[in-house]
Amino acid sequence: MKMRTLTAATMAVVMGVSPALADMVFPSLSYRTGPYAANGIPFADGYEDYFTLMNERDGGIGGVPIKVIECETGYNTEKGVECYESTKGQGALVYQPLSTGITYQLIPKSAADGIPLHTMGYGRTSAANGKVFNTVFNYPANYWNGASAVVNHLLDINDGDIKGKTLALVYHNSAYGKEPIRTLEELAKKHDFELTLLPVDHPGQEQKSQWLQIRREKPDYVTMWGWGVMNATAIQEAANIRYPMENFIGVWWSGSENDVKPVGEKANGYKALNFHGVGDDYPLYDDLKKYVYDAGKAAGAGDQKGTVLYNRGMYAAMLAVEAAKNAQEIHDTKEITPQQMRDGMEALVVTQATMKKLGMPNFGPTFKVSCENHGGPGLVTVNQWDAKAGEWNQITSYGESDMEVIGDLIAEDSSAFAKENKIKEACS
Amino acid sequence: MLYREVGDFKTTYQADGQTFPIAFDRYRYYAVMLFAFAIMPFLLNDYWVKAIALPFLIYSIAAIGLNILIGYCGQVSLGTGGFMAVGAYSCYKFMTGFDIYIPGGEEWVRYALPPLNIFFSVILGGVMTALVGILFGLPSLRIKGFYLAVATLAAQFFLVWVFNKWEWSFNYSASGQITAPERFLFGHAITGPNTEPWATYLFCLVFLTILAIVARNLTRGHLGRSWMSIRDMDIAAEIIGVNPLKAKLTAFGISSFYIGIAGALLFSVYLGAVEVGEVFGIQKSFLVLFMVIIGGLGSIFGSFAGAAFMVLLPVLLKNVLVGQLGWATDIAAHLEFVIVGALIVIFLILEPHGLAQLWRIIKEKLRLWPFPH
Repeated sequence: MKMRTLTAATMAVVMGVSPALADMVFPSLSYRTGPYAANGIPFADGYEDYFTLMNERDGGIGGVPIKVIECETGYNTEKGVECYESTKGQGALVYQPLSTGITYQLIPKSAADGIPLHTMGYGRTSAANGKVFNTVFNYPANYWNGASAVVNHLLDINDGDIKGKTLALVYHNSAYGKEPIRTLEELAKKHDFELTLLPVDHPGQEQKSQWLQIRREKPDYVTMWGWGVMNATAIQEAANIRYPMENFIGVWWSGSENDVKPVGEKANGYKALNFHGVGDDYPLYDDLKKYVYDAGKAAGAGDQKGTVLYNRGMYAAMLAVEAAKNAQEIHDTKEITPQQMRDGMEALVVTQATMKKLGMPNFGPTFKVSCENHGGPGLVTVNQWDAKAGEWNQITSYGESDMEVIGDLIAEDSSAFAKENKIKEACS
Repeated sequence: MLYREVGDFKTTYQADGQTFPIAFDRYRYYAVMLFAFAIMPFLLNDYWVKAIALPFLIYSIAAIGLNILIGYCGQVSLGTGGFMAVGAYSCYKFMTGFDIYIPGGEEWVRYALPPLNIFFSVILGGVMTALVGILFGLPSLRIKGFYLAVATLAAQFFLVWVFNKWEWSFNYSASGQITAPERFLFGHAITGPNTEPWATYLFCLVFLTILAIVARNLTRGHLGRSWMSIRDMDIAAEIIGVNPLKAKLTAFGISSFYIGIAGALLFSVYLGAVEVGEVFGIQKSFLVLFMVIIGGLGSIFGSFAGAAFMVLLPVLLKNVLVGQLGWATDIAAHLEFVIVGALIVIFLILEPHGLAQLWRIIKEKLRLWPFPH
């Protein structure tokens, strides 16, 4: 029992540090360790590098310097809670936890603390309904858009008829992996194809039986909701059973260089969804080179630039910075609060002109956030891996998803949440 | 000097048999209790409660539970994570209204209990876990040691699989997650996002205090002695009249009750939302097992010390390495594994009986101080 008093005393000494509140604080709940690190590192690097660029080139946002507080979660919800609690008191403006599990935990907290949550392409899909999820945003695309985009792509390559075809979903057996199931089931009814569900348990290195089943049943197409070490394992297993790679489509979290490179030549032709541009052929990279890389200020090992997830982290940071600028304008103040940041996010408009000005022309879709729609337009492209050249190629343009099906599901799920938590649907 | 029986006269049997017979020990215990109940609630903020106090209190309960089974009764269990999941999911079912479906005519008719108070939900979570624990304890009557460990390992994987698969257990939510709705006790929110730090802290502290006192007294009584005789030599115990069926199954039941309560609190008060594979996986079983081994087998104090060691040390290291020294988070995280791992090895080499034994030695030394022989 004495232990408790002792440790409490030591903690008192340790917790005595807190930075000045003058900066704009963007916490980065990253994971550079554990089975998901292969995907966590590039995202965290991109996220941080963009903020560094803003500080070095523009002196912050509207003259206010940015401070990034990094906190290692290891994709673990308990550590995620610790990270959230330790950073929220330091003036955090927006959280991007890059984990659906942590997102589920933070959704009620973010509403209670008034700190917005931006879960770009992950998290709870029905958060797209801003009337219920006041502080949660998931623009520009969500899982259900992704599920629909997979089916749309299949319709495309089959001249609009996939009746009687079979589709297998290989998914991470967690909240993240289970998200697309409902949508795919609805779409299976609508387009009359057969859906097989193949869960893979955390962390995902053990997939022999799932791929044995695929080998036996020979589904026409396989789609994957995987993350971390599970991705490379699945692609390797697919290569082992000689599954045709062009019929294997991953969601955007299963489509980075780190997932296909370990498989080598055999991964050629593997497809993955995406909602932003790939490669480093953007004017912004010149600035990044000048102000960040050459100045020796790159985050992490500095070897991730131009990869899919690095770009995504950068995109996340870019949207956060634009929202912060927006908030500064709306409220006519330099030092914004999390609530004002939320208003900035809800009024965010991204046009081609904005992206061009930022040095990222045609990098992502154009979209407009509103209170009714926190989810953006859900425009998704399909990328294909070219193993020889070692790069992803965009093979379709940004396509619409089936909002007829998704809209109903979002309304259903969000109203269930509203009822459970006694939230009145309203635009503030 | 500090620890003296001298002059501390006992005049009743009751006084002689109390938990802390030495006066100084007793006063220290009262001081800790006073501090924990009367002073800590005023000092805590959100960070302290969420990152330090709640995990410490909850894992202490789990460690006491596992210590009853392994440390007192000698039955090895690797199913702790699975049993915690049973506690968490039953607590969830009871707090949202436990329902059953009975075929009536064409459709299945749903009958549901009204949502129960959070306090009773947690208790019932423990009760359900006790029942499941007894069920999985049955093989212990036939198998021992490593073989039993494997049997409980099966429980771990089976239970996680059940809560992933069985949609009724998570109320058919699309994500398969369970989320604790807001619940109140005496008008104060205990679960959900709008809790006061002191309310959740006191809620868990009350559970821990009651359970620790009960465990301490159980292990000193008839039941505890029968557990220990089974642990030390089961054949001899049977010959002197200890019923192994009763001893082993009560150990499994009571241990699971504690672990179930810990699981229920972990889900409802601490995390708020839980995904069974991630939170109650095999790592959790090992974490609690390490707490028990490092703290000291067969010691209630050891459970506290082990929980403190495994919960607080990583947080402390993180704050020192990242917060104070400004190291990169990934290096700090890796180093944390190295340091915690090395400390475990060093502790086990220098003091195989755990932190509790260390504490016993210190007390012995203090008794002689300042005049050692």
